[in-house]
Formats: sequence, C-alpha cells, structure tokens
Amino acid sequence: MPLAEVPNLVPALPEVFMALAAMALLLAGVVPRDGDAATATFTSRTVGRLGVLTLIVAMLLVVGVAAQAPGIAFGGLFVVDGYALFFKVVILLASALCLIISQGYLEAARINRFEYPVLVVLATLGMMMMISANDLISLYIGLELQSLALYVIAAFHRDDARSAEAGLKYFVLGALASGLLLYGASLVYGFAGSTGFDTLTEVMRGEPGAPVPSGVIVGLVFVIAGLAFKVSAVPFHMWTPDVYEGAPTPVTAFFAVAPKLAAMGLLLRVMVEPFGGLTDQWQQVITFVAIASMVLGAFAAIGQTNIKRLMAYSSIGHVGYALIGLAVGSREGIASILVYMVIYAVMTLGTFACILSMRRRGQMTVAISDLAGLSKTDPVLALALAVFMFSLAGVPPLAGFFGKFYIFVVAVDAQAYVLAVIAALASAVGAFYYLRIVKIMYFDPPADGFDANTGTDLRLVIIGAALLTAFFFLVPGPLLTSAASAAAALFAG
Amino acid sequence: MDSLPILSVITFLPLVGAIFIFTIRGDEAVVARNARNVAILTSLFTFALSLTIWVNFDTGSADFQFVEESAWMPAYGIGYKMGVDGISMLFVLLSTLLIPICILASWESVTSRVKEYMVAFLVMETMLVGTFCALDLVLFYLFFEGVLIPMFLIIGVWGGPRRVYSAFKFFLYTLTGSVLMLLALIAIFIEAGTTSIPDLLSYPLPVGMQTWLWLAFFAAFAVKLPMWPVHTWLPDAHVEAPTAGSVILAGVLLKYGGYGFVRFSLPMMPEASIMFTPLVFGLSVIAVVYTSLVALAQEDMKKLIAYSSVAHMGFVTVGAFSMTTQGLEGAIFQMLSHGVVSAALFLIVGVVYDRVHSRDIETYGGLVHAMPKYALVFMLFMLASVGLPGTAGFVGEFLVLVGVFQVNAWVAALTATGTILGAAYMLYLYRRVIFGALTKEKLKAVLDLRPREIAVFAPLLFLVFWMGLYPQPFLNVMHASVDQLVERLDLARAPIKPATLVAN
Repeated sequence: MPLAEVPNLVPALPEVFMALAAMALLLAGVVPRDGDAATATFTSRTVGRLGVLTLIVAMLLVVGVAAQAPGIAFGGLFVVDGYALFFKVVILLASALCLIISQGYLEAARINRFEYPVLVVLATLGMMMMISANDLISLYIGLELQSLALYVIAAFHRDDARSAEAGLKYFVLGALASGLLLYGASLVYGFAGSTGFDTLTEVMRGEPGAPVPSGVIVGLVFVIAGLAFKVSAVPFHMWTPDVYEGAPTPVTAFFAVAPKLAAMGLLLRVMVEPFGGLTDQWQQVITFVAIASMVLGAFAAIGQTNIKRLMAYSSIGHVGYALIGLAVGSREGIASILVYMVIYAVMTLGTFACILSMRRRGQMTVAISDLAGLSKTDPVLALALAVFMFSLAGVPPLAGFFGKFYIFVVAVDAQAYVLAVIAALASAVGAFYYLRIVKIMYFDPPADGFDANTGTDLRLVIIGAALLTAFFFLVPGPLLTSAASAAAALFAG
Repeated sequence: MDSLPILSVITFLPLVGAIFIFTIRGDEAVVARNARNVAILTSLFTFALSLTIWVNFDTGSADFQFVEESAWMPAYGIGYKMGVDGISMLFVLLSTLLIPICILASWESVTSRVKEYMVAFLVMETMLVGTFCALDLVLFYLFFEGVLIPMFLIIGVWGGPRRVYSAFKFFLYTLTGSVLMLLALIAIFIEAGTTSIPDLLSYPLPVGMQTWLWLAFFAAFAVKLPMWPVHTWLPDAHVEAPTAGSVILAGVLLKYGGYGFVRFSLPMMPEASIMFTPLVFGLSVIAVVYTSLVALAQEDMKKLIAYSSVAHMGFVTVGAFSMTTQGLEGAIFQMLSHGVVSAALFLIVGVVYDRVHSRDIETYGGLVHAMPKYALVFMLFMLASVGLPGTAGFVGEFLVLVGVFQVNAWVAALTATGTILGAAYMLYLYRRVIFGALTKEKLKAVLDLRPREIAVFAPLLFLVFWMGLYPQPFLNVMHASVDQLVERLDLARAPIKPATLVAN
C-alpha cells in the first residue's frame, strides 16, 4: 500500500483535535450519574472550562502547527492559507470568549447543561471547516455541522417558548438557505463539471470575451443567497431579529460574533476564489445587498425596545458596511473587511457581555429602558457600554470609526462614490439609536440598579473589550498588517 | 526634532489627568473635591505649557513649527503628525485658556457627578487642542469628531430641561456634516496619496474635483460654524448646555468651522473657493442681518447670545472669503476675540443663573443696584461684543470690513449693518437686565461677584483690552501664514483675470 494514500493530517490537526475533544467532552459529560443539582453544576462548569481549553489549545495548534504547514490537504478539499489562519484564530478566540461569558447566564437560567459547551465546540469546528473549505462539498459539510449545532443551541432553553420558537425558525429558514445553496452548487457543478475551487477558478475565468452561461449565473445567485442568509444580509435577514431575541442571550452573543465571522470568511473566499472570474456579475448583487443592509439596519433599529433586537438590526447594518469592501472587489477591499469584522467582533462581544450583566434580582432583563440611569448605579458598566455604542456608531477615536474608515477608503478608491455616500449617511442615521442607549444610561433618572455581582469573568471581558475599543487608535498597525497579508494570501491562492 | 514633543504633551496631558480622575475612589464629597483639584491643576499646567509655544514661536516663518512626526498606520501611509502655524497657534492657546476658566466657573455650580464632569472637560481639552495641532487629515478628523462625545454628554447630563433634544440635535447635525467631510478627506487622500496637511497645502487638486470636495467640506464647516440656514442646533444647544458647556461651545467649537475654512477649503481648494465666494457671501450676509434681528426679539439671555454668535461668525466667513490679508487676519482675529467675549458673556449669564435660576430676561431688571461689580463687568464685555473701539471685538470687525470692502462694497455695507444691529440688541439686553428699578423681590438679596468669579473674569477682561488696544502681538503671529495663504489664492485667481479683462 503506497504511503501517499494516508492523508496528510498536519494542516487539519486543529480540526482533528477539536473533533476528538468534542467527543471526549460528550463522554465526560455523561459519566456522572443524574443526581442532585450540585453535581450537574459541577459537570457543566468542568465541561465548560474544558471546552474553553479545547478552543485555546486548538488556537495554539493553528498558530503552532497548521501555520507551519500551509497547503492543500484531503485531495483538494481542505486548504490552509494565511487567510484561513487569520479567520481561525479570530473565530477560536471569539468562541472561547463566548463560552466564558455564557456560564453565569446558563446557571442563572438553570439551563447549565453540559451539552452547551460541546455544541459550541462542534459549531466552531464547523466554522473552521467552512473557512478552510476548498470545495463546494467540504463547504457544505462545514456549513451544516455549524448550522446543526447552532439550531440546537438556539433552542437550548427548551422550556421557554420563545427560545424554542427561535430554534425552530432558525432551523426552517436555515434549511431553506442550505437548500438554496445546494441547488446553486449543483447548477454550478452541472455547468463547470467540478466542485473543487481550483478547477472552478480556472473554468470561471474562461476565455476572455466569451459569454458566461446563464446557468452559472443562476447557480452563483443561489449560492450568494444561501451565504447571504448566513451572514444575515438584507433581503435574507428576516430570521435575525427573531432568533436574536428568542435565543438565550449568550447564544445570541455567539451568533452575532463567531458564525458571522465564519460565514463572512466563507462568502469572501467563494466570491474571490472560485467565482473570481465572475466578479462583474456578482458585484452588482453584492452592491445591492450592501446598500439594502446598511439602510435597513439603520432605520429598522430606531424603534426597537429590546436591546437584543436592536443588536440584531445593528449586526445587519454592520454586515452591510463590511460588504462594501467585497462590492469593490479589490484586495484592499478584502483587507478592510477583515479589519472591520475583527473590530465588529470585539465591540459586539463587549456589548453582549454588558447585556449579560443586565440582571435584576436574579432575573435577566433585555428592555432598553431598564438601562435607565445606569451611569449612576454602575458607572463602569455604563462607561463600557457607552464606549461600545459610540464605537458601533463609528465615532472617532474609537475602534468602530477605523473599521468604517478603511471601508470608506476602499470605496472611494474604487470610485464607488454613491455607495460611499449612502454608507456615510446611513452611519449618521444609525448613530441615532446607539446614542439613544447612551442617553438612557446617562441622561435618564436611574431605575433600580442591576445586581452587582455578575461574575469576574464577565467583568474582565467587558473591561478588556472596552479598553481594546477605546485605545485601538494607539496601535492600529498589527491588525492592519495581518489583515493585509491575510487578504494577499486569498488573492494569491 | 530631538526636543520635547511639546504639542503632544499639551494635547494628551489633559487625557492623563482625566484617566487619573477616573481612578479616584472613595466618599462622594472627597471624590468631588479631588476631581476638581486635579482638573484645575492639570488644565492650568497645560495652559502654562501652551504659553511656551507662543514664547518660542517664530513669527517670521509661515511654516509649521514644533512639528512632530511618527508612524501610525504605515500600511495606509497615514502618519501621526502635529504642528502649528500662525493660523492655528492662537487657537491652541484659546482652548487651553478657556478650559481652566470653565472648570473654575463650574467649581460650585456643578454638584452632581463632579468626577464625570471633570473627566469630560479634560477629554474635551485633548480633542480641542488636538484638532488645532493635527497635521494629518485622519488625525484631524479623529479630534474634530471626537469632541462630539464629551460635548454630547456635557449637554445631556448637566444640561437644562430640554437637554436630551438639544444633545441629539447637536450630535446628529454635526455628525451628518462631518461624515461627508470624511469622504472628502478620503478622496483627497486617494487623489494626492498623502494625508499630510503641509504636503496637501501645495498639492494642486484637479479643479473639477475641487467643487465636490469643497461642498463636502462646506457641509461640515457650515454646520460647525454655524452658518445660516444650518445654525438651528446652536441656540438649542446653548440654551440647554450648562454654563461651561456653552463657554466651550461658543468659545472654541464654533471656531472649528472658521478654522476649517482657513486651513482646508481656501488653501487646498482655491479655485472652488473663488467659485463659491458669492454663495458664502450671500449666506453670511443673511446670517449677519437675519440672526441679528432674531437676537433682538429673544426673551432668553442665552438664546440671544447664541444668535449673536451666529451673526459674529458671519463676519468670519465674509472676512475669510474676501481672500485679502486684512480680511483673513480679521477673520482669525474675530474668531479669537469672539472666543473670549462670547465665552465671557455666557459666564456672565451663568453668574446670575446660579443665583436666580432663570435665563429669562424679564426675570431681571435693576441688577446694577444689587450687583454693581457685576454690572461693570457685564458692561465691558457687552461693549466688546458690540465692537467698541479699544476692545477686542472692534479690531476683528474692522479688519474684516476693510478686507471685504476691497472686494465687494455691497457685502461690506450689508455686513456693517451687523455691528449696528449688534449694538442694538446688546444694549437692549443690558438695559433690561441691569438698569431700571430693582423691584423684583428675588433679586434684592442677590450677592455681587465673589472673588472666585472675579478670578474667572479677570483674565478674560485683560485679554479683551489687550487685544483691543495692542493687537499687534496677535496679528504678528498670524501674519506670515496669512500672507502665504493670500499669495496662493492670488495665484489661483490669476488665470481668471485676463478673462475678465477681455470681457470688459
């Protein structure tokens, strides 16, 4: 038997490790017999910590092992390049932080079951696969692994009607989106004769001047529709507010950060690599999606009273800004998206950590009006949330401004002036609802304070994210450089 | 430069003070006292440091001085660059002077959340000074916009009854104008390949592009200045802001617009500026005449002064776009004198507001009997605002009128009516508040100026007379830079001259 048939596992070592670790955690979780609540709490805490550890070890493996052996594995299905490494590190960090801030909430809501960290690890594994997919088939496997885990954790609070509704809604619409994506992929396969990205790249480039078969265009549009659903871009955003509102808050935090990063990473790779030859075709679609997302995100959030719904519309708007970078289709555009998404992830994670601290006499609250006078009852939390809000609004010198700035730079550079002006005006409209939260915290007379002790972990995450957001302007260099090289890797491949 | 990076120190020292105040813990009264002390010491020290700039400033040079440069975002070719020239230097001093005055003025009147209040003012000082020192477009925008955050909080937290509405209006108005400017800044960056302001001052932007850029900058600066018809946020913001907030708003923030025109619009887009001069003149003349008339009808003291600010800023734009040496120097001088005088007028309103808690003019009357010292101080600043010769207000208005008269006598004549109307509404205000019989019960017991308040007004009074009687030191500072700017504008106008001759 020739040795070549044993696949080279080194590039995929972090994924292999995560898969094994997830199964081991599952086994570990069932070992303690059902019994008193104390045992259950202990199990869930232990598994939760081990889950965080798994993600951190996986990140070390990404940096230490996979980064040393970039290349293509599994017969072209799996690729490790600078671009994938960038996203993997960010996603693993985000997932680990999401797990850390979840524990307190799960215990308070009495849904601290050990399956939660296992599902998060599995979903993250799916994301890693998505980022490294080099074939429509492996793309789909990664996407489904992620989605199935997410459907379950959306409904994790199974005694709560809204959580169950969120899970079901997400599942039905997600399945529809997956169907669209598969249909598009099969059309593309039918015309191109391959599902591998490398072959597709060649085929799509085609002969100069030759017309693109309309079947490929239809397939491309379906693929975009499926992926737009995953990044929750308009007009495939309808699920977002409902799922964000219904799902348990730490799950919402996770949804808003890690899967969004992964789906964005996937969308960019699919558009730039296999469909790079059809840039003229998808550019119009992405431009429309970007404009619609920004405008809807800015206007629809104004009337919200639930902070989770507000963050849902906010995330739709932010995806719109990020997609401008794709709409211009340049390498600098991709780099600016990477910067934008990382900054977005930090701000959003911090905001959700603040939302998780909104606990009054043991009960979670999500009404924006409950934040009234927070600056008096908990100045640190109020200041952190104000930093996040100003940053999400894009006010300098906070990090969110830089995200928008780099996006605007590529838009103006590509002479997409209309897009840039719409984005600028949408950000001014959007500023209104972020400011409203600051207003409620700082200008309104105080309501009852929140519970003081919501855990040191949560506080540390909030303060860390706030400091990063506030002082990003001091050292923007490292993020810019790594995003630039990640984008370069995508275009080289 | 191997010496101390003086501008960065002046810019960020207040921020350090703010962070220090933020870490103060303990009993509320102790925290408040310590916060006040740290804030006043930090801001006074900053002011003292900023004086060294003036001492070491070389008035013979039109170049940027005290320049500091270091890498910031090398991937984009955007650097951290600071420096001042004759146009910006005095604004730095104006900012560092007014902040300690604000802190001193709020010593007793602000009693709630003193710690946050002081933090907000020190953060604002960093933003203000940074705006005038920044020599990089992105850095400039960072400070220019960043000032919105502390100001929004100051109006919203410590303001009057309609503070929420005013804070939002202020924020969203200025943000909308500024994001358009941000796009224009980026367009310049893409076109010229640099964000360094000194390099851009001599970069010839294509004339077709200038038109759009000019309009985008105009959107930002016209709102900040503010020009008619986008001035409506200003009366609201002033009325609701706490006294010190109004002082900074009128004293420094309004200068952002005029500074922006002189720093960006005129030198970087000279052709477009020449093309749009009639528009600016038209709007400015409307502003001067209309808002003066509106001021005449006000029943609220702060609103009256707010409208008078709009009128005075009309002088600034007229002077700047006259594109003559006298007009430009007059515009800059007018901004400085207005910075001092309007700040003082808001402080004057604050004095009686602290005692009587009303801004309505009809609440007052006959104050001269109860508060003679106050009446004297009020009179001096009122006359300075009117532009009486010998006070700061006169020099600026006179130079502006001399400048614009060379260009367009009609505009000069119409603008001059502003000084007459200004005298009318200010004297009318003074009569209603100070003179007459002291009949109102509430006013009979009011105390005259306290030593702390005199300490607040003394430096401002000194400046008003210094600038009015011996303006040369101030004009010397700006002269070289303004001359260079006028030369550049003349150059841009040169190709048009033959055409007009032919037409004649």
